[in-house]
This record gives sequence, C-alpha cells and structure tokens, in this order.
Amino acid sequence: MRGALRHPSLVLGLTASGLFAVLALVSLVWTPYAIADIDIGRRFLGPSLNHWFGTDNLGRDMVSLIMSGTLTSFVVAALAVGIGAGVGVPLGLAAAAWGGVVEWAVLRLSDFVFAFPAIIVAILITTLFGPSAINAILAIGIFNIPVFARVARGGALSIKTLDFVAAARLAGLGNWAIAFRHLLPNIASLIIVQGTIQLSLGILAEAGLSYIGLGTQPPATSLGLLLRDAQSLFLLHPSLSLVPGLAIVIIVVALNLAGDGLRDAIDPRLKQQGGTGVAS
Amino acid sequence: MGKTIRVAGLAMALVLGLAGVVYAAPSEIRIGVALEPPVLDPTAGAAEAIDIVVYQNVFEGLTQIDQNGAVQPDLAESWTISADGLTYTFKLQADVTFHDGTSFDADDVKYSFDRIKAPDSLNAHKEFFADIESVTVVDPLTVEIKLAKPSGQFLFDIGRGDAVIVAPESSANNATDPIGTGPFSFVRWDKGSRVVLERYEPYWGKKAALSKATYVFISDTAAMTNALLAGDIDGTNNFSAEALDVFKADPRFKILVGTTEGETLLSTNNKKPPFDNLKVRQAMAHAIDRKALIDGVTYGYGVPIGSHFAPHHPYYVDLTNTYPYDPELSKALLAEAGYPDGFSATLKLPPVAYARIGGQIIASQFAAIGIKLELINVEWAQWLEDVYANHDFDLTIVSHVEPFDIGNYANPNYYFGYDNPDFQALIETLNGTTDEVKRKVLAIEAQTILAQDAVNGYLFELPQIGVWNAKIEGQWQNAPIEGVVLKDVHWVD
Repeated sequence: MRGALRHPSLVLGLTASGLFAVLALVSLVWTPYAIADIDIGRRFLGPSLNHWFGTDNLGRDMVSLIMSGTLTSFVVAALAVGIGAGVGVPLGLAAAAWGGVVEWAVLRLSDFVFAFPAIIVAILITTLFGPSAINAILAIGIFNIPVFARVARGGALSIKTLDFVAAARLAGLGNWAIAFRHLLPNIASLIIVQGTIQLSLGILAEAGLSYIGLGTQPPATSLGLLLRDAQSLFLLHPSLSLVPGLAIVIIVVALNLAGDGLRDAIDPRLKQQGGTGVAS
Repeated sequence: MGKTIRVAGLAMALVLGLAGVVYAAPSEIRIGVALEPPVLDPTAGAAEAIDIVVYQNVFEGLTQIDQNGAVQPDLAESWTISADGLTYTFKLQADVTFHDGTSFDADDVKYSFDRIKAPDSLNAHKEFFADIESVTVVDPLTVEIKLAKPSGQFLFDIGRGDAVIVAPESSANNATDPIGTGPFSFVRWDKGSRVVLERYEPYWGKKAALSKATYVFISDTAAMTNALLAGDIDGTNNFSAEALDVFKADPRFKILVGTTEGETLLSTNNKKPPFDNLKVRQAMAHAIDRKALIDGVTYGYGVPIGSHFAPHHPYYVDLTNTYPYDPELSKALLAEAGYPDGFSATLKLPPVAYARIGGQIIASQFAAIGIKLELINVEWAQWLEDVYANHDFDLTIVSHVEPFDIGNYANPNYYFGYDNPDFQALIETLNGTTDEVKRKVLAIEAQTILAQDAVNGYLFELPQIGVWNAKIEGQWQNAPIEGVVLKDVHWVD
C-alpha cells in the first residue's frame, strides 16, 4: 500500500474522482439551490458569490446542476458497470473453467454484442421503451458485458494452469467451485481495474446518449443533458457548455488515472514487471 | 496612343463587365426550415411543414390568404354569392397551366373538391368542406359551389392549403412529386436534406423574382445558427428566440418579428379526472405565470393569450385577466375541489423547444401549488397517436397553428374532450352567420366561454421570428396562415 500512495497518478486520480463522487452524493441531500427551482428572472447570471458558476437558461444554479448531473452520470455508469461485471465475469469464468463449447459460445456472444456500439443498443431500446436514464444504463451495461467476459476469461486462463488449481481439481472440486473459490479471487484485481476504466467510459457514454436525447430526461439532469441544453446558446453563453464539458473531462481523466494507478498498484503480474523495471 | 486607349477601354469594359456579374443581385434563395414535411401534398396531411414548402408556391387555391390574413382572388378571378348565401359562382382565371403542361379548368376544381369529400380522402380537414353540397361545372371557366348552410368562413377555408386545386392527371403522385399551378414548380426532394423549387416560366400571373428556391431542413438551432453565419442559407422563417442575440447587432442580417396563428396551449384532457372538475382547471389557470413562461420560452417575444384566439385578429378580445396568476387562490381552489395536497399528473411534450422548455417551467410553477407533473418527452408520431388520436394523456403542450380554429372546441371528440352543448350551438350559429358585426359578437362570446371554462391552459401566441439576409425583401413578417410564400421575395442591392 505504501507503493500505491507513492504512485502520483493514482493519488491524483483517486482524489479527484473521490471529490466528484462526494459532491455527487452530497447532492442527494443538499444542493445550493433546488434543481427543479426555475426562476426566469435570474437566468444567465455570471459567476458570483451566490452562484459560483452562474445560472443557466432557466435560472437554475450551475453548481447545483453540476452536482446533481454528476450524480446521475456516476449512478448510470456504476450500474452499467454492475450489469457488465455481474453478467460478464461469470460468463468469462465459465468460459475459462469449462472450455470447449461453453468457451466458444461465450466468445461468439461477446463478438456479437461487441459488433453493436452502445449507441446503437440505446437507439434500439429507446424505440422499444422510450427515452430514459434506465435505457442508458441498460445500453451501456449490455455493452460492458463482453468487456468483462473477455477480461475474466483471459485472467482466469492464466491462473487455471497453475498447480494449486490442479490440486483443487484433484481434491474433487467441480468447475463452479474452482471458478469461484480459486479463479475469481485471483482475478479480482483485474476486474476492479477494468471496472474503474469502464466507469469512465460509462460516464462518457451516458453524456453522449443524453446529449443526443436518448438518455436522462428533464427535469432530472446529467452532465450530457447540460451540454445538450447549452448547445444552441454556445455563441452567447459559452460558460454553460464549458462548465459541464470540463466536469466530464476532469472526471474521465481522473478515473483513467485511478484505473492506471490501480493496475500498477494491485495487479500482481504488473507489480513483478514493475519491480524488475526498477531494478534494471 | 489610340491603341493604348482602346486597350485600356477594353480592359475597363472587361472589369466593369465582371463587376457587373459579381454585383448583380442573386436570384436564388436557400431557406432554412426546422421541420421536414412528411409528404408534399398539402391536401393529404396536417403537418405545417407541408404548407411551408408548397402553399402558394407550388399549389394555389381558388382564393388565397394574403399576409394580412385577408382573402384575395387566386385561381378564381372573381365570384358572386347568391342572396341566400348558399350558392357561390366562381369565374376562373384563363390560360392557367399545371406544371406538367396540362391545362387548368373548371373540371379540375370539381375534381379537387370531390377528392376532398371522397370517402377515401386523406384530407386533414374534411370538416371545413363538409357543408359543400355540390360542385357544378357551368362552363370551362365557371364553377358553381352550393353549400348546405351559409358560412362566413367559406371563402377563407377554400384559400387554405387543404383546398388547393390539383389535376386528376397528377394528383395521385402529389405526395412525392407535387404538380400544381403556382409560380414555382417542384424540381426534387432530397429526403432528409432539402426540397428544390424553380420558377415556372409559363406561370399565368406575375412571375416570381427568384429563379430558384431551396428549402433546407435544419432542426437543430446551433446548426441553423452556424448555417446562417456561414451563408449556407439566406434566411429562415422561424428562428429559435434563445440564440437570436447572435444576429441582433450583425448588419448582415435583419430580424423580422411577426405574429402567427399558433395559440400555444397547455392542452388538458377535460374528460379525465381530476381535469373534468372546473375548479381544478381554474386552479391550474391561476397557477400559470404567463410572464415567466413567455420570457423563459420565447425570450419575451410571445404575446399572452387568455383564450383560443390570435391577438392580431379583429375579433380578438383580451381575456388574459380571467384567471390572473395567483398561487394562493390556486391552492384554495384545489382544496375546494378535494385536492388539498394537490395531485400527480403526466405532461407529454412533443419535440419542440416551446413544449420541452415550457414543460419544465410549467412543472416548476405547478409544483408550487402541489401539482406534481411527470414530464414525458415524445416524438411527433407518438404524440399524434397517443395524445391526438387516442386521447391517452393528462396534459400536453402544443401550439395550434391553424387560423380561426376555435371551432375545434365544438367537436366533443377532439382530443381536449370538451363537450359543451351551449358552445357547440354557438359555433354552429357563428359558422352560419355572414354579417361581420354579428360574427364578431359571437366570436367574442365563444372566446369568453372557453376562457371561463378554463378548457385548456392558455399560454401565449407563438411568435414568428424570421432571420434573413439583410438584402432580401418581400418575405412575410406575419404568418396569418401556414406557409412561407415566395412570390414577392427578391434580392435588393
């Protein structure tokens, strides 16, 4: 853990993501102004003590909107990662543990899902059920499944050949028991790293879907929806686009730094390589 | 020496000639419009987008509505009305041809009206023409139309896009290949992108100044702004007010703010509880702060309305103070109606800025009196099916852009679900009255009933904000009828 703290990008990434996560959580109980609180009289105010980032076209406080929007973005991305990991990891483990037909089926399914970008899946779901944040979660979640399936299978295959797995099999454990008692704990770090990176991709995807009107719907807000609302006003009030845009950039960069740092810090294979790298 | 001068003179002439080419006023125009029409036949669809492209450009009716909303002769050069108000005799223009070269005569008029009234007619407004009893061809240039009962609105109704004259030879293909008698003929429609029209040289009337007109479909305000700034389009008939400041100080552009026939309503399902309760509707009316709504949605350009009537119409009466903004009174009325804690309802919003932004503002204003609105964004097709056809809605925001459409309230099966026999009788009388003074009295009475019954939330009259190249003139500032009429549009130096 000492090594982890010395890793500057990990510290930076974790701190910044943590800060945004805290801001987002705080918005559950408190924002400076209510985001449904529309007051046309105070719209397009510049930054001031009362409104740090000014107000938008409906007179809503930008700080409150960013806090609430960050929460939506995090929740959508986190649930999507949850779906992806929840379905993808067991699939990947099953592929590694059973091999043969199961492996073939999982890999072909992954290829199939990979062929549809999240946006196409989202459009499909939207035509079926109408636009909402749920769609964004489902679409991004489905897109995440093959990512986790491949990572889990790759990690598990390299563990599977080790002696202790053979020992477990000799002791009479079945495929499921081996997968969950021996493979899963050893690839957990891989999953966590991949989860962090998918979280940042999820936030980007949510912003994209909301921006084209398929994701979060008013009066709820998200970072992508804030961009959409500000789009036609960009020439007149650029700050309305810049503030949510920069928030997305910072969150995504922070999560990627954190993901990279985590990989360096907790992935045992990389740690060995890192060690030799330092020694040479 | 002489030669030098001659060469210089030649060079000068050449330069002047070139300059002449460069500075000659252009004769083509590209107009940005927000919505692409579903078809191009104005007699086969309700969409305003159809009329914007073809009304009075490609197609013409017996009469036409001018930019002041008055009825003018068009394909009918003159007409007489019998003393009982039932028989109209139209004298038609001679030497009129359709764009495919076929000639126009009384048979085409009869065919057009028979087509509207046919059982399989696709016309969006058959009710306007329901009272036509017969259309008789007297001679090739005279048509007699008999009505079942007198109508003060008839000459206006036959000037609408719904009643343009089409030819039996081409009418079947008008949806994609419109053939009319207007000053512009259809060239091509690049779906999803543009419709191109060109001047019809053998046109019977005054020839248009423009040789070519292209309607470019740009639904996104930011894209429209950039297209205008870059000169990709020469103007738009209706620009979103939020970004208007970009053009205000720019001498290359001029802004024309005019009125429309678009009464923007918080349409209410009067058949569905709790909206069948007058007190609830009154409470909602008192909860709407029109000033904030107009500032928020139209940046102050909309005109507040208190009933379903256009403020620029001579019959208009200002009823905006029937239920003034008063949230406390709203709460009291809700409590009287049996909803002391308010209630929850849905608000369906079609994909237009006035609805989507207006919906958020209304939701915020209603939240203040305890009515919790769930905003549901829908696309137009879904709106037409759910709200307009199946009446599956609580509240919706939509602009009714047809002129003089107060008669819709007399139809109990219209999507408002407003069923008031007194009002229906009143509209019946109004439609049968031709005397202007009496009509005005009746129209004012009709407006007052609607305002007092708070049938819908009456919000504001949609403005038309044209942004045009400063060198273009002749475009309509107001929109008394759906359309972007090009015949007088021209470039000036």
